[in-house]
Amino acid sequence: MSAHGEFTRRDFVKVVAAVGAGLTLAVYFEGCGNGGPPPPAGEFAPDAFLRLSPDGGVTVVIGRSEMGQGASTGLAMILAEELDADWARVRFVQGPASRAYYIALPTSPFPLQITGASTSIRNSWASMRQAGATARAMLVAAAASRWGVAVASCSTASGTVRNDASGEWLGYGALVAEAAALPVPKDVPLKDPKEFRIIGQRLDRLDNDAKVRGTATFGIDVRVPGMVYASVERSPVFGGQVGSVGGEAAALAVPGVLKVVRLKDRVAVVAEHYWQAVKGRRVLNISWDEGRGAAYSSAGIAAELQALLVSDQAREARKVGDAASVLAGSTSTIDAAYEAPYLAHATMEPQNCTAWVHEGKVEVWAPTQFQMGPGFLSKGGARGVAADAAGVSTSDVTINTTFLGGGFGRRLEVDYVTEAVLVAKELDRPVQVIWSREDDIQHDYYRPITAHALSAVLGTDGLPLAWRQRIATQSIIRNWTPGWVPDFAMSLAGALEHGVDTSAVEGSADLPYAVPNLLVDWRELSIPVPVGFWRSVGHSQNSFVTESFLDELAAAAGQDPVAYRRALLKDDPRMLAVLELAAVKAGWETPPPEGRARGVAVVRSFGSIVAEVAEVSVTPAGLVRVHRVTCAVDCGTPINPGLIEAQMQGGVVFGLTAALFGEITIDKGRVQQHNFYDYEMVRMAAAPVVEVHIVPSAEAPGGVGEPGVPPIAPAVANAVFALTGERMRKLPIRLVARG
Amino acid sequence: MQYSLLINGAPTSVDADPDTPLLWILRDHLNLTGTKFGCGVGQCGACTIHLDGEATRSCQWIVRDVGTRAITTIEGLSDDGSHPVQQAWLREQVPQCGYCQVGQIMSAAALLTQTPHPSDSDIDTAMAGNICRCGTYERIRRAIHRAAGGAA
Repeated sequence: MSAHGEFTRRDFVKVVAAVGAGLTLAVYFEGCGNGGPPPPAGEFAPDAFLRLSPDGGVTVVIGRSEMGQGASTGLAMILAEELDADWARVRFVQGPASRAYYIALPTSPFPLQITGASTSIRNSWASMRQAGATARAMLVAAAASRWGVAVASCSTASGTVRNDASGEWLGYGALVAEAAALPVPKDVPLKDPKEFRIIGQRLDRLDNDAKVRGTATFGIDVRVPGMVYASVERSPVFGGQVGSVGGEAAALAVPGVLKVVRLKDRVAVVAEHYWQAVKGRRVLNISWDEGRGAAYSSAGIAAELQALLVSDQAREARKVGDAASVLAGSTSTIDAAYEAPYLAHATMEPQNCTAWVHEGKVEVWAPTQFQMGPGFLSKGGARGVAADAAGVSTSDVTINTTFLGGGFGRRLEVDYVTEAVLVAKELDRPVQVIWSREDDIQHDYYRPITAHALSAVLGTDGLPLAWRQRIATQSIIRNWTPGWVPDFAMSLAGALEHGVDTSAVEGSADLPYAVPNLLVDWRELSIPVPVGFWRSVGHSQNSFVTESFLDELAAAAGQDPVAYRRALLKDDPRMLAVLELAAVKAGWETPPPEGRARGVAVVRSFGSIVAEVAEVSVTPAGLVRVHRVTCAVDCGTPINPGLIEAQMQGGVVFGLTAALFGEITIDKGRVQQHNFYDYEMVRMAAAPVVEVHIVPSAEAPGGVGEPGVPPIAPAVANAVFALTGERMRKLPIRLVARG
Repeated sequence: MQYSLLINGAPTSVDADPDTPLLWILRDHLNLTGTKFGCGVGQCGACTIHLDGEATRSCQWIVRDVGTRAITTIEGLSDDGSHPVQQAWLREQVPQCGYCQVGQIMSAAALLTQTPHPSDSDIDTAMAGNICRCGTYERIRRAIHRAAGGAA
């Protein structure tokens, strides 16, 4: 596992020479004109997007992390389409950490190697197509030259080039050597989407065979010769530090325990086997310097949020017209307060990381969503923190990305990498740190808690004339930037927009409805509870609030929730079409089965639009049951309908778990939940049938990993209102037992 | 302590502390990593194996208590992914991240052995102990029906 070279992004496509048995067609792109000449051939191989071997095998190298969203299959399909590959010969491998795989997030001008914000397909759509098309053009040129015919008289299909005049054909594998020797064409034309034969097909995932056999390697499955295991006791209080460590001798007396490693805010027990490390950890007796984190409990945090909502510490996120004047001049405002709690991610694979520090180099095996990036954003991702922790240069760090047993944003943080490297530094053997479920739930970067105050005035037509939303919450992006970076610099970096964390107000500041007087502001809560990106981020709370409040306005106006939205979306044909599709497929105009009611929500997020209609009932004990969800999605050009459907179904279940159960509470700086018995998940019996309808589209692809999540909480809450007359303004949804 | 276990039909010797959970015997001592760790308290089902044919959470058994019971892991369910449940999982394209799926497959295989044609309610009950955070439940249900030979 050698270190691999880096190269800078270039705006042209370049083929480099042979490596090993196969030949590599490496494709890369230039960003800001800072690219030098490409490095020698041998260093390129791991960084290529495509490898074609002489036997005709096609390997697509994936720079994104595969965490279940199916990006590896989707990206391979896009490249294979333009290559005219034989899909049966296509496989993928996980790429290394490299600038070759940098993408730009919508909110940041700085490229990163990251898997988040539902960007895997939409940010690589153009480049993967170009990569495939260019390689295809070179294979055609090689065949034409061999046959002595014009390129125009050759065609391709399913991994072969055909001589249209003679009927002869050659497989791509037979042309690899000649193709690699040819000059690289520029601006190769792409296919007309009407010619797509792979894109748009419901093809099987490339990783599922390994996943049903149990042979897919997740982070926790990594085995390195000589490896030992560690279990780590972290400060139970946010920000606390190790005071004294008792029981060290007892821990070392546990058979197999090799070492107790004391760090600033945690203590690791390292052993030959994992269970021995756990036993060693259990006999430690650590006293903690709890620090100021111990001052925070849920009740106090909620009170602080309420105080912020009535304070004058507001930063304007969006202003249209003059909502304040309209509200002040009205005698019939509609007011409502909403709240959403902290949430843990609870990936099924608990956090873990394997690290080996030896001979001045660091090798890391990690299920991570953030391989590398510039040093001022979250310390440069896995590679940056590993280098920092070991005291080596980033060029001495190798990051191996495994399959991720779920990500959901948790693995955008790289705390588990820092920790594993700090522990491994104290040993001369590779170390795998495995978090318990309790560790995972109590040491997360939580979805921020939020409180909202909304006010609206309706016009004579019943539609909102003015809408004001005040949002109080923490800032996620501040965790990603050093404290010394001033707000204006963060604004330049795109992290803040006019001093507002865009992730805190997304879904609200960009309210899709035509409201003539709109005011959205943000009030920042600054407390030491770590917060992070949680699948669909700000949309997950803000869409609950806006889509529920809109439902309140429709009810106040005496209008049907779908008709009300329709009137407010008349100038947004894509939103409108998605809403209509969901309503029609759900049978909105027909009465629901006895004892059930329907609720609707429609949300634009991550470049896509999703509408969901939830059909619910409530048991006498006050439990909400969601029977059926009708989902319509416009995600631009659909790459693989099977993957899109899976992401919508999964997004609904993920959002439903939060809507019905999810709540992390804090007592004196400690998370009070432990494991799945007190941080519950939707299970089989509670999972609704989710019908997914995809809007046909030729637009550029949007995201699908996150957009299925935001509409479900408001759709369910609105259905509960339709059924019971009770408005659910606080998550998770809780109803009292019914008589 | 030295223990002799019957794993996937083969007598297997392992040297481990008596209180080591079977899950870690499999994963860490014997490198059978198909069986996953999810919660350690029998709440999530990621570690599901068969003990004498019954779906069992391997994190809840310590090695000392296993005795001569026959242990089947995903590695022993089939050696080529050909078990009808695995095939149904592929046909329905169930996995997303895939981490919980081995446990799901082991629970489903045990269900179908005992109840060859399960109803939706049988499935709810038998699969209640297996969490899927990616939310693949609907496809799991379809795959179980398919493996049972019914309409999926």
